[in-house]
Amino acid sequence: MWTHNAGNKDELAIVNQIVSDYNATNPKAKVKVQAFPQAAYNDAVTAAATAKKLPCILDIDAPIVPNWAWAGYLVPLDLPQDTVSKQLPSTLGKWQDKLYSIGYYDAALALFAHKSALDAAGLPVATVDKPWTADQFNQGLAKLKASGKYPIGFDLGTGDPTPEWWTYGYSPFLQSFGGDLIDRNAYTTASGVLNGNEALAWANWFQGLIKNKYTPAKSSSDAFADFVNGKSAMVWSGVWNATAINKVKDGVVMPPPDLGTGPKIGGGSWQWGISSGCANKSGALDYLKFSLQPKYLAQFANKLGLIPATDEAAAQAAGWGPNGPKRFYLEESKKFAVIRPPTPGYPYITTTFAKAAQDIVAGGDPKKILDQAASNIDQNLKSNNNYGA
Amino acid sequence: MAVTQETPATSGPRAKTPTTATGSTRRVRRRGEATMGAAMVAPAVLLLIFFFFIPVGLCFALAFTNARLISPEPAKIIGFENFTRLFSDPLFWKSLRNTFYFAVVVVPLQSGFALLLALLVNTKIRGVNFFRTLYFVPVVTSIVVVSILWKFMYQPDGLINNLLQTATFNVVQGTDWLNNPTAAMPAIMFMSIWQAVGFHMVIWLSGLQTIPGELYEASELDGAGKWQQFRYVTWPGLKATRTFILVTITIAALSLFAQINVMTQGGPLDRTSTVVFQAVRVGYGQQETAYASTISLVFFVLVLMVSLVQRYLTRERG
Repeated sequence: MWTHNAGNKDELAIVNQIVSDYNATNPKAKVKVQAFPQAAYNDAVTAAATAKKLPCILDIDAPIVPNWAWAGYLVPLDLPQDTVSKQLPSTLGKWQDKLYSIGYYDAALALFAHKSALDAAGLPVATVDKPWTADQFNQGLAKLKASGKYPIGFDLGTGDPTPEWWTYGYSPFLQSFGGDLIDRNAYTTASGVLNGNEALAWANWFQGLIKNKYTPAKSSSDAFADFVNGKSAMVWSGVWNATAINKVKDGVVMPPPDLGTGPKIGGGSWQWGISSGCANKSGALDYLKFSLQPKYLAQFANKLGLIPATDEAAAQAAGWGPNGPKRFYLEESKKFAVIRPPTPGYPYITTTFAKAAQDIVAGGDPKKILDQAASNIDQNLKSNNNYGA
Repeated sequence: MAVTQETPATSGPRAKTPTTATGSTRRVRRRGEATMGAAMVAPAVLLLIFFFFIPVGLCFALAFTNARLISPEPAKIIGFENFTRLFSDPLFWKSLRNTFYFAVVVVPLQSGFALLLALLVNTKIRGVNFFRTLYFVPVVTSIVVVSILWKFMYQPDGLINNLLQTATFNVVQGTDWLNNPTAAMPAIMFMSIWQAVGFHMVIWLSGLQTIPGELYEASELDGAGKWQQFRYVTWPGLKATRTFILVTITIAALSLFAQINVMTQGGPLDRTSTVVFQAVRVGYGQQETAYASTISLVFFVLVLMVSLVQRYLTRERG
């Protein structure tokens, strides 16, 4: 079994514990853990797959699941329906109506703000039921800027150059405007969706955040620390800071604004699948079933602060109950999460979109950039026969 | 060490025909030398074959297919499709322009500056070894580490801008170096020169030390000044070194990648995207192995042409 979390002590500890529990109850089949640092993980899997040396069980970043399923690295998971139906939809990796991966948790993005800043901007605290409108948000940003109290009004966190953060973090804004990365009806074109009027409106708005100096073109490497230190009024971050926000005296957590078609956040985190070369698929499946027990899922939520994948687990995890302080993320995820396009072409889409978003932030012509990105994606789809869609 | 003391096996026809007895022992010895020689070059040749010739051959072949890094479908030969796509790819032209921009600025500046340093440390004063070591330190530091450090230094509130403000009493306000489309490439050039200049300084230095001291003494007796000495003794004496440095810096400059990958990822607005960076991004990030091969193939031909032109310009004129 391979996992990506060599750099994450807490997560690896839980995984190791599940494995040793499993091995203790099943003396016949033994699961052995091999942990990799996240940055090198995907390369290791690709290399192992070409050499036909994949382990039985491996974890995968959700948006890549269709790519690996299409490539034949993964086999569909034959899990009981009642196990699957309990899970948050964004913790399931599906492609062409088959389940290929299942996750213990999901992550969620959120807007973190200083309450005093909101008061200064004349903004109420937004909730899942009553998010801000686009106008409300934009006017609030202008007012905040005029007040001059914070050097940064709304920090987008652009200091992280990894393409996946750009797609995960900023494509939900695009979707909130009504655009998308690819036409999800057929998954055969990005034209008209990634460079349509809605997408253009998104790009102009996004670029405007920088032009109006609400956010720096390049945030510092730790935008959340800047927020904690009062350098920024609001920051675009995620559930991984759910504990840290409690230490901020007047910190509040809110969903993103409704920019047209409702607030949107990214869905899908690391999930587990079984490789096609596995000699003992039933054993591997047995382990996965074992590992999905609520008590383990609750542990991930407790230790990592991530959203537990099932309601049962949420009930066992501290703070995730119906009125718990962290319940917000679960509700937000249920209501607003959009998974990244489940198509084998995703690796190409995400690098292309990330580059486009970076160019928009750098002050390029939005229309030109989006047209180029859409045509690049279309070309890639065409040269791959639309990835079997 | 008997082998090395022998006359080289490849030395031309011998003047004297040896007697039969010694002839046969020589032949045996020669064969022994040949085996020994083959055994000695074998590791290098094998490494070259496996890690250079085979990959290059594969790259040439893949350029004409639609191979992908991950795909259930086998690769098909698609002829020149990748090439037509490449020549109509605006990013490729931008990358090419950036690559040559970098080379055109860095090659003369870096070699000139290295020569200047070499002349400075080629004196017999106390502590000169200290300076030689000092200039060489960046070379032995990994370029990735250097890039990360300079990335911090180039930040809007980083060391560079602070120094600028202090030194000019706030007259000059620096910019966000790596995010400013015009400043990003020069910033990377500056850092690259700083990092690599020590290496070429050492090579210049070794060249300087091959020039016999008598030449300087003689020219001094003839009344040559410092500049005339440099112009008529040092400069001609460095001919071979010059060619070597020119070729190595050019090739290193054209293959600019690590700095870009760490510091700018080709941004802002593609102003620092280079051909090698584009090839890696396309080949791994975007999984288009064949297209990346095409980029590499075209780039290989371009570098080869540049090298040949340089070779021609610096040839021995008979």
